[in-house]
Amino acid sequence: MAKRRTNIHGREGIAGWVFTAPAIVILGVFLLVPILMALWVSMTNWTGNVDPFGGGPNAAFVGAKNYSSLFLSDGLARSDFMQSLGNTFYYVLLVVPLQTATSLLLALIVNDRFLKGKSFFRTAFYFPSVTSSIAISTVFLFLFSNTGAVNGLLKLLGIDGPEWFSDSRGLLHLFFGLFGAGENPDWAQGQIFGRSLWDWLSGPSVAMCVIIFLAVWTTTGTFMLMFLAALQDLPVEVDEAAMMDGVSPWQKLRLVTVPMLKPALFLVITLGVIGTWQVFDQIYVMGKGAPAGTTMTPAFLSYNTSFKSNGWGSGAAMAFIVFLIIVLLTRWQRRLMRDDKPPGRLRKTLRAVDLMHSNHGTGPTP
Amino acid sequence: MTTTTVPTQDLEPRTTTGGTDGTRPPAGGRRDRHVSPKKVAGYAILIIFAIIYLYPFLIQIATSFKSDPESVAHPLSLIPNPFDLGAWKRMFGLTSDTPVPIMTWLGNSVLVTVIITASRVFLDSLAGYALSRLHFRGRRFMFTALLAVMSVPGVVLLVPKFLIVTYLGIFDTYTAMILPLMVDAAGIFIMKQFFDSVSVSIEEAARMDGASVFRTFWSVVLPMARPSLITLTILSFQGSWNEFSHFLVVTQRPELKTMVTGLASLTSGELGSGTQFPLKMGAALLTTIPVAVLFFAFQRHFVRGANEGAEKG
Repeated sequence: MAKRRTNIHGREGIAGWVFTAPAIVILGVFLLVPILMALWVSMTNWTGNVDPFGGGPNAAFVGAKNYSSLFLSDGLARSDFMQSLGNTFYYVLLVVPLQTATSLLLALIVNDRFLKGKSFFRTAFYFPSVTSSIAISTVFLFLFSNTGAVNGLLKLLGIDGPEWFSDSRGLLHLFFGLFGAGENPDWAQGQIFGRSLWDWLSGPSVAMCVIIFLAVWTTTGTFMLMFLAALQDLPVEVDEAAMMDGVSPWQKLRLVTVPMLKPALFLVITLGVIGTWQVFDQIYVMGKGAPAGTTMTPAFLSYNTSFKSNGWGSGAAMAFIVFLIIVLLTRWQRRLMRDDKPPGRLRKTLRAVDLMHSNHGTGPTP
Repeated sequence: MTTTTVPTQDLEPRTTTGGTDGTRPPAGGRRDRHVSPKKVAGYAILIIFAIIYLYPFLIQIATSFKSDPESVAHPLSLIPNPFDLGAWKRMFGLTSDTPVPIMTWLGNSVLVTVIITASRVFLDSLAGYALSRLHFRGRRFMFTALLAVMSVPGVVLLVPKFLIVTYLGIFDTYTAMILPLMVDAAGIFIMKQFFDSVSVSIEEAARMDGASVFRTFWSVVLPMARPSLITLTILSFQGSWNEFSHFLVVTQRPELKTMVTGLASLTSGELGSGTQFPLKMGAALLTTIPVAVLFFAFQRHFVRGANEGAEKG
């Protein structure tokens, strides 16, 4: 009997490797190895027309120069990169809170036990999340075109809509303008990484606002489902106890529901941060960074620098910097919410869900 | 999961009754609940959001049946007047205008999606099963590696993917489009989670009867895993049909364009000048339809997929 058992385990050992072999080979060859290759390329001045690993003047090792020059050397590469970081900073700052709040709001209403048409509303809100990001961006290009539906609607309300996709004015600049701050005032001339304080303070451009709206619109459905799942796990007794104690609905939401939803909130915010730093598809379709570079994001700039301008080293370096930013931000966020650290299982699934969406081009990764 | 109890046939009719629900919620009917202002506000919010979320799709459909000038003159209207099939005729090569190679794009999308989906369902469940059930040296390490691979954000992979397909000499081929996507880490993870949740007793009985590991997997385990396999099929189909950046960096020839990459080139103005909104809306609609059909047919599995992590976690 004992012999038979080891036999089975012996067979299992071989089977285990055979079963996982295709996955190991494909993930290894098309994911792990290429990342190492790109890491090498990010430390060369490869121009794309010779063997990247062959050395020589067009693929010479330059150390960390590609990384440092993005922060320290005056020039186009740095100013473009810094602008893309600034753009994305405002993008993340607006999209993450908006999508979290909207999806929570919708989940709280849809979760009402006595609601009619629940499944219709759930379907309506979730549908944009499953469609192609490119198709959706195409539709939004039409909706927000100069003669499109949005401006048509604004006209009905007596408002002259802007030329959304060619308007590079920053929202904060417009806001400062209300208080009489002119073009490029004296107090904002300090340079930070080669960009004036005034430029850093631009806020998202009008064109970027369309992409922000699109991102919120396509992601709330998925996040609403996550909140709904969490809400349905909440014990009914807590709800009833709160009602008995005469707590107002707002107090109940603030003191009971939201604290109990903290793991789901953590998940949604983390996925939001990871997704928003990687916007690519939408930028590709909706102007490739125009107008005036105000919709440029690091992900798209990395692509453009590599594939269009043959600055492979610099482009690869940008991608790794974004990677690092994402890792640091999620770490930092985890520390902020440490009081109730998500259980190990949640952390694992967190990665799973993230991957599911980030690799599928839709969902929370706008 | 409550969604599994919701019959899907609810979806269609509600579309038309949604509006009346809002103005007169449950008054009169079977239930004698009074109409609270809170409830009216709730319905109002839901209806406003439903309009915001669905109207763009309706405009998209309507616009694809408009003429170019009409689409610009009446962007908000949902009824094409005059009804114009020009965009659709052009897409299917029935006019003398420069044809849009929609059939090539569609063919490529179908080919790539079918192969990737079939392969992912098989290989992901195979690996997921091994990681969940089979005892072999290195299993724990492999699972950790899988989690690490999953946490790499997609944005990092654009340059690497180009480098490796060029290095292997498969740049600009179907192989480069399909092979790298034939396995996905998230799918393996989903399947492992599923197998972890199923009792081992049945397979052990089969194994004791002398069935080989693969035979047990194929005839005993996989049939039990049907719900998860459906979820995985849908996620893979949706993922590979909607895939953009991978195809963008590993191909160049127009003959290899899929619906999504083709639409992207059409939208960013590579195929002729002018706004051509009806044409673009039609092509976008064609890109959306397969996933939309799948979505309405298997809605609860989509929901399951989205919650796979949140629930099992």
